[in-house]
Amino acid sequence: MSAAYGLAGVLLVVVATVLIGVLGVRISRTTSDFYVASRTVTPLRNASAIGGEYLSAASFLGIAGLILAYGADMLWLPVGWTGGYLVLLVLVSAPLRRSGAYTLPDFAEARLESMAVRRVASALVVLISWLYLLPQFQSAGLVLRTVTGTPVWAGGVLIAVVVAVNVLVGGMRSVTLVQAFQYWMKLTALAVPLVFLLLAWRHDGAPGLSSDAPPRFPDRTTVSVGVAVTVDVTEAVPVTVTGGIDGHHYPGAPLTLNPGPHRIDQDTSITFPAGADVPHVAGRPVTTDREWAMPLDGREHSLYATYSLILATFLGTMGLPHVLVRFYTNPDGRAARRTTVMVLSLLGAFYLLPALYGVLGRIYTPELLMTGRADAVVLTLPGRLIGGLGGDLLGALVTGGAVAAFLSTSSGITVSVAGVLAQDILRGGVRSFRVGTLIALVVPLALAIAARSLAVADVVGLAFAVAASTFCPLLVLGVWWRRLTVPGALAGLATGGALAGTAVVVTIAAGPPSGLAGALLAQPAAWTVPIAFTVMIAVSLCTQRRVPPGVARMMVRLHTPESLNVDRGTWRPRRV
Amino acid sequence: MTGPRARTVRRPRYPVTREIDEQTGLGEAYMRSLLRAQTRLAARLCLVLAVVVIGLPLLFALVPEVREREVLGLPLPWLLLGGLIYPWFVACGWWYVRRAERNEDDFADLVDRAYGGEDRP
Repeated sequence: MSAAYGLAGVLLVVVATVLIGVLGVRISRTTSDFYVASRTVTPLRNASAIGGEYLSAASFLGIAGLILAYGADMLWLPVGWTGGYLVLLVLVSAPLRRSGAYTLPDFAEARLESMAVRRVASALVVLISWLYLLPQFQSAGLVLRTVTGTPVWAGGVLIAVVVAVNVLVGGMRSVTLVQAFQYWMKLTALAVPLVFLLLAWRHDGAPGLSSDAPPRFPDRTTVSVGVAVTVDVTEAVPVTVTGGIDGHHYPGAPLTLNPGPHRIDQDTSITFPAGADVPHVAGRPVTTDREWAMPLDGREHSLYATYSLILATFLGTMGLPHVLVRFYTNPDGRAARRTTVMVLSLLGAFYLLPALYGVLGRIYTPELLMTGRADAVVLTLPGRLIGGLGGDLLGALVTGGAVAAFLSTSSGITVSVAGVLAQDILRGGVRSFRVGTLIALVVPLALAIAARSLAVADVVGLAFAVAASTFCPLLVLGVWWRRLTVPGALAGLATGGALAGTAVVVTIAAGPPSGLAGALLAQPAAWTVPIAFTVMIAVSLCTQRRVPPGVARMMVRLHTPESLNVDRGTWRPRRV
Repeated sequence: MTGPRARTVRRPRYPVTREIDEQTGLGEAYMRSLLRAQTRLAARLCLVLAVVVIGLPLLFALVPEVREREVLGLPLPWLLLGGLIYPWFVACGWWYVRRAERNEDDFADLVDRAYGGEDRP
């Protein structure tokens, strides 16, 4: 892809976002858009806004990358991210809207009448949000590097600055219309290029993926390694190297790579002959195309990993900090349910697309398995398959869509964290909100620059696991179980948060150890969620004297339809 | 004489909304019936969902023919997980919304009818 077109795509989206954010201030200053929205926004627009905010870089780029690398097992990722909304619909959507809570800490406080639970919930919101922002910034760096060749940290900084400007001037989040537009923008940016890619694939004779061979370079191919990487070579292969490899520098010299690990330096080009096996990043299993296409044939302990992924995604969605606040724009509980069904349709339509990118990527861009940049597959394919001006334009469209994905999700999460930081940790008020915004962005940005490069969808998966181990039990038991007590909620949140949090820190800081322990740490939900539920229920049953006194009134509030004229209590969320 | 007496036995003296507000035994009984109906509905849907999403990996693991099977030129797991499961989610969602709203309407009718009978002949 030519840098000029890609850069144009990035700039267009950034400028449009800032402009709409600044202009949107006029609307949101006069009246709180949330209240205006609650009367005027149609369910379709509201559902589009939820979808627009929810579809992050992990959906736009990450799924295709993981499918390219690991195959059929990764299909569960988009399935879980959609199914999570079905679980949310069934278990919490209408009661959460009826609770009147703005944020998860609000709900904790309202239901349990306890500031202690509120504070623990606030800390968890911050933790989950940072975990969610970290990979957004990292993949922003990847995108900008892929299109313009800037250093990896530049993309993250760019996104953080744009989000900060937008949130600080007060636009973006309050403008439901912008988020709604973002959904359709992302859908278009993925769907239109895909049509052309599929036509090009048909024209190419529609090659399939059922051979018993690992991925091979179809033609003589020059691979540019942007970031230093260690690869495993399986068969001796004659190559031409420009740059550094295994500590030696070669000025375009022929060389034979022997089987085993090889360290390739930054900015090195290696030319492989046609038909050579694609070396894989060290530690990534080499699978034949047939194994790749079958579920449960890729990673070690794949059945456990699959179940853990299912549990984390299906139960984690309801506990994400930026999801709940959008339900507030529904006029009542019933509208919240209907909106959620529409969200299910919109997400289902979107998630049909990334898997196809993953498949085409396996056929046409296998070198991404070697550079360790599988997340770039969506960006690389248009230029590779179509080429010329059309390829450049489609590449710019995809790049713009990716930037839209970073901006919308990061803005939504930043507002959630900033609100929580301002209200529960700083002193409250507009100044605290501004300080909170900066803290909310700077910490994950620093982590993104410091941490090693991680697959975006993997880290987002960890955020889901933490949400599923903490807020899922709190919400489900809080909505449906009268006997939940303050000590029970605290114990459950602390246990789930500590176990899942430890797994996350070990996985991100050191990389998971090999074997079963590694699988347990990389995909913790399968054991942390049941433990969190058990602790919350058991401690509640032991402390039945601490059931909140207003639980009966709260149940009336959560479950009776708004048409009935009953006393729902006087609790109101505090505003920043 | 039996008519009015039977009516006083069957119908509460105050609006049911007031019984609910004052958390009397009757009000609580009404609330529990609503909660039970909604819990049962939610549990049913979650059970169906769990059978499908927990069952599919197990099916793929235990019966290799299923995962190697091709339908319409596509491997069956890709067809199911990459396509068909999404419309199924939406259908489940619509079914749930209709049933949950019906439960709420039934509850509202029950609350209205229990008291309103004497005012509205």
